[in-house]
Amino acid sequence: MQFLTNDVSSISLIHFLFLGAIVFTIGVCGIVINRKNIIVILLSIELILLAVNINMVAFSVYLGDLVGQIFSIFILTVAAAEAAIGLAILVVYFRNRGSIEVEHINNMHG
Amino acid sequence: MILYDLLFYIFATLIVIASLGVVSLRNSVYSVLFLIFAFLNAAGLFVLLGAEFLAMTLIIVYVGAVAVLFLFVVMMLNINLTEIKEIVIKRYIVLLMIGVMLLVDLGAVIYSSVVTKTVTALPSVAIEEFINFTNSESIGMVLYTRFSLPFEISGLILLVAMIGAITLTYRVTDNFHKKQNISKQLLRTKETGMKVISVKVGEGVDAISNK
Amino acid sequence: MVKPMIVYILLLPLIAAVFTGLLCKKVSNYFAQIFNSSLLAISALLSLFVFHDIVIVGKVLQIDLFNWIDLGNFTIKWSIYADSLTAIMLVVVTIISSIVHVYSIGYMHDDPNVPKFMAYLSLFTFFMLMLITSNNLVQLFFGWEGVGLCSYLLIGFWYQKQSACDAAVKAFVVNRVGDIFFAIGILSIFFMFDSVAFDYIFKNAAIYKDHYMSIMGMRFHTLDFVCILLFIGCMGKSAQIGLHTWLPDAMEGPTPVSALIHAATMVTAGVFLVARCSPLFEYAPFALNMITVIGAITCVFAATIAMVQNDIKKIIAYSTCSQLGYMFFACGVSAYPAAIFHLFTHAFFKALLFLGAGSVIHALSGEQDINKMGGLWKKIPFTYAMMWIGSLALCGIWPFAGYYSKDAIIEAAYASGSEVGEYAFSMGVFAACCTAFYSIRLLILVFHGTSKVSAKLSKHIHEPSLTMIIPLALLSLGAVFSGIIGDNLFHILSPSLEFWHNSITILAQPNILEKIHHLTLSVKITPLIFGISGMILAYVFYITNPKLPKLITTRLQWLYVILYNKYYIDELYDVLIVHNLKRCANYLANITEVKVIDGLGPNGFASVVSKMSGYFSKIQNGYLYNYALVMVLGFVIFLTWYVLIFA
Repeated sequence: MQFLTNDVSSISLIHFLFLGAIVFTIGVCGIVINRKNIIVILLSIELILLAVNINMVAFSVYLGDLVGQIFSIFILTVAAAEAAIGLAILVVYFRNRGSIEVEHINNMHG
Repeated sequence: MILYDLLFYIFATLIVIASLGVVSLRNSVYSVLFLIFAFLNAAGLFVLLGAEFLAMTLIIVYVGAVAVLFLFVVMMLNINLTEIKEIVIKRYIVLLMIGVMLLVDLGAVIYSSVVTKTVTALPSVAIEEFINFTNSESIGMVLYTRFSLPFEISGLILLVAMIGAITLTYRVTDNFHKKQNISKQLLRTKETGMKVISVKVGEGVDAISNK
Repeated sequence: MVKPMIVYILLLPLIAAVFTGLLCKKVSNYFAQIFNSSLLAISALLSLFVFHDIVIVGKVLQIDLFNWIDLGNFTIKWSIYADSLTAIMLVVVTIISSIVHVYSIGYMHDDPNVPKFMAYLSLFTFFMLMLITSNNLVQLFFGWEGVGLCSYLLIGFWYQKQSACDAAVKAFVVNRVGDIFFAIGILSIFFMFDSVAFDYIFKNAAIYKDHYMSIMGMRFHTLDFVCILLFIGCMGKSAQIGLHTWLPDAMEGPTPVSALIHAATMVTAGVFLVARCSPLFEYAPFALNMITVIGAITCVFAATIAMVQNDIKKIIAYSTCSQLGYMFFACGVSAYPAAIFHLFTHAFFKALLFLGAGSVIHALSGEQDINKMGGLWKKIPFTYAMMWIGSLALCGIWPFAGYYSKDAIIEAAYASGSEVGEYAFSMGVFAACCTAFYSIRLLILVFHGTSKVSAKLSKHIHEPSLTMIIPLALLSLGAVFSGIIGDNLFHILSPSLEFWHNSITILAQPNILEKIHHLTLSVKITPLIFGISGMILAYVFYITNPKLPKLITTRLQWLYVILYNKYYIDELYDVLIVHNLKRCANYLANITEVKVIDGLGPNGFASVVSKMSGYFSKIQNGYLYNYALVMVLGFVIFLTWYVLIFA
């Protein structure tokens, strides 16, 4: 937008929003589809947060509001904190169980 | 601006491909690497949009810290290559349906709320004010003044996360490794440090000292 | 003065029963026995006063106590009605009941449940008194059912014996069959007369004299129909042929029960009903003929079976059945006074026979088979004398009680002149011979001859205690004198019916009691001769020629087998009715109840709930990916719904 020429690009807000939606969907499917190990679940959560970030920044730029970007920083913070704790739990779980296969986790069965 | 469109499409496609790679690869290290690639492309996208501070922050924090942390854990846990499991078509159909439904929903929401309406709300922090400043400066001017409280709180969140992570993984050191406790050594006196024993001829010391 | 007295006659047994019954675990045996017997004795004394007032002074009492049913047109009160018929029944019931209470003190001395027994006896007395003093059919039915209930309770008193429980249920069920017809009869009376009160019905009975009704194309005389329904109820209660099967089995109960219920009082309720409804029955000639025929058949039927039985109580039970047949065919030929008079005397000597048999059983510590007795007359002479008095009264030997009443019945049958009457006469005479035969056979086999008692039992043979001797003595007085008193003092059988003071209606003029007086001497002597010949026959069979019974049973084995097995009626009922009912009940209980009703209802519901919860609990399999999938699925569905609604 703030580019060197004066042409208006054909990329509008919607393109960014669709991109965000697609990445979000891929992230959600990644949580559910996953049969390998728990790391992939955490990675998918990061993808979801990335999609949200894209949304935020796109809205911020196209609506002329800076709050989107600021809030995006906070989302970043929270994502980092959550990733850290998630991995800590994973490490402890691995210590106790010896494997992180998703299929073997059934302690909460009723 | 054809460059703008081209760059956008390139970045977008690469993000999508990278995220698909994250969820579908069998090797976990590859998944993390593809996630890094996705972040890099997203940073490029942010630069394209003009939010360069956020793009750099993304690279520094996400790629530099979080993804590296993931790699550390992946390497530490020594995850083997997962063997091929037979593909259960039924589950993938369900997932496909979920994915499609989700996408359609989101598309419908986007269409109905963005396309057909015009924005009438006033921006709370208008970018127009900061037209003379760089993105970093403008974010800095807003973040430490109007959003100082959330900023402090996010610092607190990080502190709590750090404490939480340490608490979870800290193992009390096991007692079969010998260690020195300096202060205990220094506080030893003659009475607590020595014991005089009279030993009979022919007997060992162990039998008496173990009493 | 009399009014409260008759209320007390009803009230005292009720108080005795309720008090002893509710506290039966807490009162001592001694208290229960003394309390109940004294209350019943007071009741008996009061009934003598009432008898005097009603019969001699000529009052008729009607006391309304409480409202019972109040449904617009249909109102019934609890009330006490007493005329001569009621008075004589009151005397019989209360005196025999109090005597049996006193006897039970001695007989049931070692039983663990004496207060319960006393309570049941008093309760029975109360219900019987309710039956007698009712002034409408519904209250009578209440008493009717009540005595049936007490009969069940008392027959099954020793409930640890399976045979006693079976006999009690059998008695109740067979009575029920009769009661259904009785109830239908009451309903049809209500339908016809719009009331069930006796005075109203009897006043208006003449209106229906020629009334016919059609059911499904067939024409019936209405009063005949109704009276036959009532009579079938009587057949059940008084053990006439067809519904008699419960009476021999009812001997499973203790002997005082047999004496009170199955000799003197409950089984005579049927006769009482017919006599009470005499104004109705008089207008139903076909019903009367049917009663005569059935009564006559029963008296012969039962007497022949009694001739070959081996259990002392069963012989006396069949004897009761036979004598009831006499009473019914007396009613059938419109000689109601004779029937009630025979009821009166029969109560005394039959109760005497039962209680004497009880004393024999008590002496032999429970042995009831007469083939295992013998030679007891020296050891228990008092009982021997009592049994002789009772048997002579039963055989109808002058001057004992049975002579007056039984002869009156047989003469009435002859004097009625109708075909059924003559049939009844011949049957009655033949049955008199059989009666004498089995009575003397009983006496000879039990008391004479060589003793077949086992050595262990014969050591303990002793006369009964005083509480058993006094009742026997009192009853023997009744057995001896009640006939003379009734005939010569109270003129029960006088043709002018002055004793009865309009409580019994006989239509034909000159009435049958008048006709009896005009019979030739030969007819009057016939029953006596047949009785004596029966006695001689028994003497021949069992004393002079002891091999004769064996000879006859082997030569006429078919006859002996039929008679011994009670004409196989029990077996017939079992095959036809009982077996099928049991199968039906089994089916309903096991298949319908368990599978259908329980399956669809509580059990099925519970099992469905638990199965469903089992399915649902499998959803919580603990697998993380499943939970994640479900969460995402829920989120997606919610989102879709949201989008559909709002966008």
